[in-house]
Amino acid sequence: MLSKIAPRAFTAPVRYSAYASPVRAAFSPAVVSRRTVTTDAASTHAEKSDIPDADDQPFTVKLSDEAFETYELDPPSYELNTTKNELKQMYYDMVAVRRMEMAADRLYKEKKIRGFCHLSTGQEAVAVGMEHAIEKTDHVITAYRCHGFAMMRGGSVRSIIGELLGRREGIAYGKGGSMHMFSTGFYGGNGIVGAQVPVGAGIGFANQYMGKKNVTVSLYGDGASNQGQVFEAFNMAKLWNIPIIFACENNKYGMGTAANRSSALTDYYKRGQYIPGLKINGMDVLAVKAAIQYGKEYCAAGKGPLVYEFVTYRYGGHSMSDPGTTYRTREEIQRMRSTNDPIAGIKQKLLEWGVCDEGVLKEMDKEARAHVDEEVAAAEKMAAPDATPEVLFEDIYVRGSEPQFLRGRVPEENYYYPDREVQVPKSPAQT
Amino acid sequence: MVGQRLLRPAAQLLRSSPSALPRCSFQKVSAPAAASRWRTYATPSGTKEMTVRDALNEAMAEEMEKNDKVFVLGEEVAQYNGAYKVTKGLLDRFGEKRVIDSPITESGFAGLTVGAALAGLHPVCEFMTFNFAMQAIDQIINSAAKTHYMSGGIQPCNITFRGPNGFASGVGAQHSQDYSAWYGSIPGLKVVAPYSAEDAKGLLKAAIRDPNPVCVLENELLYGLSFPMSVEAQSDDFVIPFGKAKIERPGKDITIVTLSRCVGQSLVAAEILKSKYGVEAEVINLRSIKPLDVEAIVKSVKKTGHMMAVESGFPSFGVGAEIIALTAEYAFDYLDAPPIRVTGAEVPTPYAQKLEEMAFPSEQLIADYAAKLLKV
Repeated sequence: MLSKIAPRAFTAPVRYSAYASPVRAAFSPAVVSRRTVTTDAASTHAEKSDIPDADDQPFTVKLSDEAFETYELDPPSYELNTTKNELKQMYYDMVAVRRMEMAADRLYKEKKIRGFCHLSTGQEAVAVGMEHAIEKTDHVITAYRCHGFAMMRGGSVRSIIGELLGRREGIAYGKGGSMHMFSTGFYGGNGIVGAQVPVGAGIGFANQYMGKKNVTVSLYGDGASNQGQVFEAFNMAKLWNIPIIFACENNKYGMGTAANRSSALTDYYKRGQYIPGLKINGMDVLAVKAAIQYGKEYCAAGKGPLVYEFVTYRYGGHSMSDPGTTYRTREEIQRMRSTNDPIAGIKQKLLEWGVCDEGVLKEMDKEARAHVDEEVAAAEKMAAPDATPEVLFEDIYVRGSEPQFLRGRVPEENYYYPDREVQVPKSPAQT
Repeated sequence: MVGQRLLRPAAQLLRSSPSALPRCSFQKVSAPAAASRWRTYATPSGTKEMTVRDALNEAMAEEMEKNDKVFVLGEEVAQYNGAYKVTKGLLDRFGEKRVIDSPITESGFAGLTVGAALAGLHPVCEFMTFNFAMQAIDQIINSAAKTHYMSGGIQPCNITFRGPNGFASGVGAQHSQDYSAWYGSIPGLKVVAPYSAEDAKGLLKAAIRDPNPVCVLENELLYGLSFPMSVEAQSDDFVIPFGKAKIERPGKDITIVTLSRCVGQSLVAAEILKSKYGVEAEVINLRSIKPLDVEAIVKSVKKTGHMMAVESGFPSFGVGAEIIALTAEYAFDYLDAPPIRVTGAEVPTPYAQKLEEMAFPSEQLIADYAAKLLKV
């Protein structure tokens, strides 16, 4: 019975909670206390006296008691070492990711971006917190909501926006689009819901096979968590002790279906059954960092896989064609934006801890904005790929290993490949 | 109009008395007999007999020896020695790190091996049969075949999917399907279908070395058949290039384009045609479905003026259909009669033997249909 009650408590639309607790202090809404893990983005504490003057001197912050929920797992340390520099960088990164997504939103509305475009506005803390906990030699794979991850892994804003615009200098040379981006230690950008999870297990498998000590994070959404192959991947990962973190980004809606309308068990961190799990406040970039840091050590120690659940929230619709208001209330979105925003959360902490003043933050905002604007302008100036057979038919197979020719729409358009040496590319993801 | 076009004279002739066509008897006249009969014409010294199973095994063992990035993963490949014993002895030789028994989880382990390939390994992913790979076809197509293109050519995926495909004996509808056309239609994949032991070794080794995803569609009924292996093929550097068909039997009167197990059947049919009608059929073993050797077909049709495709898959949108379309596109002017095809019947494979026999090409049917086309 417990399982029937727990998920409801967790997934109950926020609007119901509003009646139960009309009085809410900013940044600590009563509504989130209904969920087992807080989504308060500013729940981490630090003693003012512990905070050093120097920007690069480490100090300890204490995460909220409600930052984690564990399943068959000792919780990570609630204390996290950081520096003022890192906190500022985290802030800057989240602002930059959001700025980039907003630019994509604008370009899409200007009809400059074609097809699909899934934005991660509201979920920035996951991509940013994770990147601050891992190395470039670690590996990440995710689904189609991938712009922020691609950027944090090292993709430039211009290459990502260029890709969205279908430009030759885009991150995938205009061949991938919004959903397919590869970068340092980053395997995309995958369009088939859930299919990236076993692929991620395979990346972890390869690292183990090659004796590398790095960790692989395989991300998927609450919607994908019901795919059969996710469980298949869990099974093999546990069986073979693969160093991987299966990380569910629970943004409460799989497309337009609320978690409790799709999942018999909405405790996604328990979905691994025989794999220890951790539920994390995915709105707090520090909690995300602490969790991934812990998982990286756990995997490196040879303890096998973990199942994570980042509790987060998507402000926008599922994709650009979804206003995102038919299956949830505007009030719910507004409440999350105004009280649980990951950027506002870290901003509050930066001010509270005296890391920097409002002026510096404004400067950083400006800088991020200017950088993104500049990059977007550069992307818009990029040329589209030449509409030639050479470009159309390139890279279907590894260069030099192509068939003699591939067929066009009519035989006259057949493309004959030049005779050349096989040139196997070195993937940037293979670090 | 449509009716008229369908009933062109040659087609009419071919349609005239379908009931007169004899029922197949492929289980009596077996491919191996045919193959060795044919092969005995030229057996240079130094050749040795080898089964297709052993050739596949040798191919994997040699490639694993050469490159420690190569590993084999699949159901029952290790301790059980392979459901069809193709991976026999590999566990003992290479250890459990590189020969891995997978749980029965096609979608999962296909995805896992694809991930391992993306991360730089060269997996050999064995499907117990390609019928089960239908559960994993998304990973093969979307995750493996398309990634290189979608990444703008920066992310390779060197993986080999292999296992028995197509017709087996008495295993019913869900275990008898031929997926040549399914995989053959996907840009980004390479697809091969070995017939002989040399084919098996050379193509599998080439597949493992190829930097792209490759499907090696084997056939269960061929596993146990022995073929001569030339001295060259016995070398551990023997590979067969993709996209090159092999003329298994030269002829001047009709071109029979075929693949996999049907090559053996077509060779027997060619012998029947010769002994009964004095007709010389040229039998082309495609070896590779994607890329497909159109040039070999055109060259042969130029010579013979007649083309017959023989395959055991479902007829609609199949390999035979593609071969006929290509022949029409590239060699229409050389044809003296419409190109024709012998395929599996449009029927989920039945279990009862006599019914099953009616569902697949037989040597006799191939010979008779060719004779009909040639009006002999």
